[in-house]
Amino acid sequence: MSSTAAPGSVVGRPPGRRLPSLKGGWGAIPFVAPALAVLLFFLVVPVVWTIAMSFNTGAGLRFRRWVGFDNFERLLTRDGRFLDTDEWPWSGALINNIRWLVVYTLLCLILGLITAVLATRVRYEAVFKAIIFIPLAISGVAVALIWRFVYSPDPSLGVLNAAIDTLGGDPVSWLGQENTVNYAIILAYVWASTGFVMVVLSAALKGISQEVIEAARTDGASEWQIFRRIQFPLLSLPIAVITVWLIINVIKVFDIVYIMTNGGPGGASRVIAFSYYVETFQNGQGGYGAAVAVVMLLLIVPVMLLNIRRFRSEAIQA
Amino acid sequence: MTTAAETVAAVRPRATPASRILGFIGRTPVHVALIGLALLWLIPSVGLLVTSFRPRADIQASGWWESLFGATYTVRNYDLVLDANQMGSSFLNSALIAFPATILPLFIGALAAYAFSWIKFPFRDTIFLILVALMVVPIQSALVPVLIEFQELGTFLTGDRTFFTGWYWGIWIAHTAFALPFCIFLLRNFFITLPRDLIEAARVDGASNWKIFYRIVLPLSVPALASFGIFQFLWVWNDLLMALIFIQESDLWPMTIRISQMQDTYGSEWHLLSAAAFLLMIVPLLVFFSLQRYFVQGLLAGSVK
Repeated sequence: MSSTAAPGSVVGRPPGRRLPSLKGGWGAIPFVAPALAVLLFFLVVPVVWTIAMSFNTGAGLRFRRWVGFDNFERLLTRDGRFLDTDEWPWSGALINNIRWLVVYTLLCLILGLITAVLATRVRYEAVFKAIIFIPLAISGVAVALIWRFVYSPDPSLGVLNAAIDTLGGDPVSWLGQENTVNYAIILAYVWASTGFVMVVLSAALKGISQEVIEAARTDGASEWQIFRRIQFPLLSLPIAVITVWLIINVIKVFDIVYIMTNGGPGGASRVIAFSYYVETFQNGQGGYGAAVAVVMLLLIVPVMLLNIRRFRSEAIQA
Repeated sequence: MTTAAETVAAVRPRATPASRILGFIGRTPVHVALIGLALLWLIPSVGLLVTSFRPRADIQASGWWESLFGATYTVRNYDLVLDANQMGSSFLNSALIAFPATILPLFIGALAAYAFSWIKFPFRDTIFLILVALMVVPIQSALVPVLIEFQELGTFLTGDRTFFTGWYWGIWIAHTAFALPFCIFLLRNFFITLPRDLIEAARVDGASNWKIFYRIVLPLSVPALASFGIFQFLWVWNDLLMALIFIQESDLWPMTIRISQMQDTYGSEWHLLSAAAFLLMIVPLLVFFSLQRYFVQGLLAGSVK
């Protein structure tokens, strides 16, 4: 990376004339100053501010009184809606996010892999992929409405309960009871995200040499063996990238929960980003909300380090 | 690699009709699985789409799946939400928010990306690594302070603390700030792939950085600019959280907030909610179908965000 725009590569440079790019970097200022100013003032300083605020009461969203680690202590030990470890199974927003992490990530990966592998084997691949992919383009607000309608407890409205009704079962209030609400929302979000996994994996599959696969077929390999021994190992890197993307999604998930259940029933479907919103903007507890935001930030730090490491190794290769 | 694959395909004998049929039957499980998945993916949105064209009384009387065969459809629901529920003006608001909030980071970000690619300056690589880190920072960790900054800055500059949040200034700036790390990252990764000889030659001819930027780099980077532009436009169009916080004037609300408010008032009035949801979805769907290629590229590149 450091070798870009190296001066020595220029052939026939007039002697004694300096190139504009090399003047100690002053020429860069008009180019980078607007971006760096905006980033410093509206992103870097605010993040530092939020970290500081998490050690303050922050009533009315202003610095009031310093309270040390009180916010974090309350958040992790005395706030049942964020983390309740009193009885098994544990519950609260943080536990819900872990539930999201496992179920959402695994389902997206499995469904994305299945759709990507199957789609390459048929002629109507493009149409099929578009159908799976489209939900990715629409707002979480629209996804939430679409699925709230699917889950409607009234069998003459919601298609899911209508199907159960036809099969002779009793309608279930998927979003109205604590043991189903999280999985119902997770499924809706899986529906919206699978297209991304499929497109990335499908692009990776296409990058695998067709010759190798044909050769394996000629040697009598079954389709399953081709997938298991040739395609799957080569997909491990894209799968790692996608997993990171899915984890970031889980940590940030907000609008679909906000619209579908507003965290209910009885706070059962709260997630971290939802707790942040409620504590900060509905309860006006700036410090407590900031502590939730800091927890989000801490959860994302491993991803951050991973990105930096990946970028560095790519830069060295280049 | 493609040429090699084509050669293999050309050498292989053409499939006879019989073997084709056998192949098709052999793949029946694949077809069944794919059609099943496609239906599973279509049914939720088709259900709401059909509902949005049904009269209110019909929606409550029977399921949308029963109306597929001979039923009355109407656009009255759309009329209702557009007028009575202010979705018409909210549609316009969404556009007024999304276009500047796309162009602003695109412009500022492209300038910076050019410097990160082709001008050497102190701490360039360190600053770029910080940008890579900032890309994944959750917006929640900056929302409140940015809001306070808007109030203080508004008071300082104009004497009006709602200067930024009472109009679109605040949301434009906030979206720009949160988009910049990814924008610079994406564009810089594209800019460095441009042929170095071209840029060096222009420098030798005495072209200034500005000239190189807008005469050479920008015209050659249309695909990357389009990818980011589309990604960012849809991001802003679909955003709820930042609009909730940075737009405190209800006349300026975008559709996402309007719908969330409608839901509180008319939680089970599906004739209104369904029409509103599809009004919100029209633009992303049009973008998707007309600019699919750039859209997918932007998303693939965005997998790090």
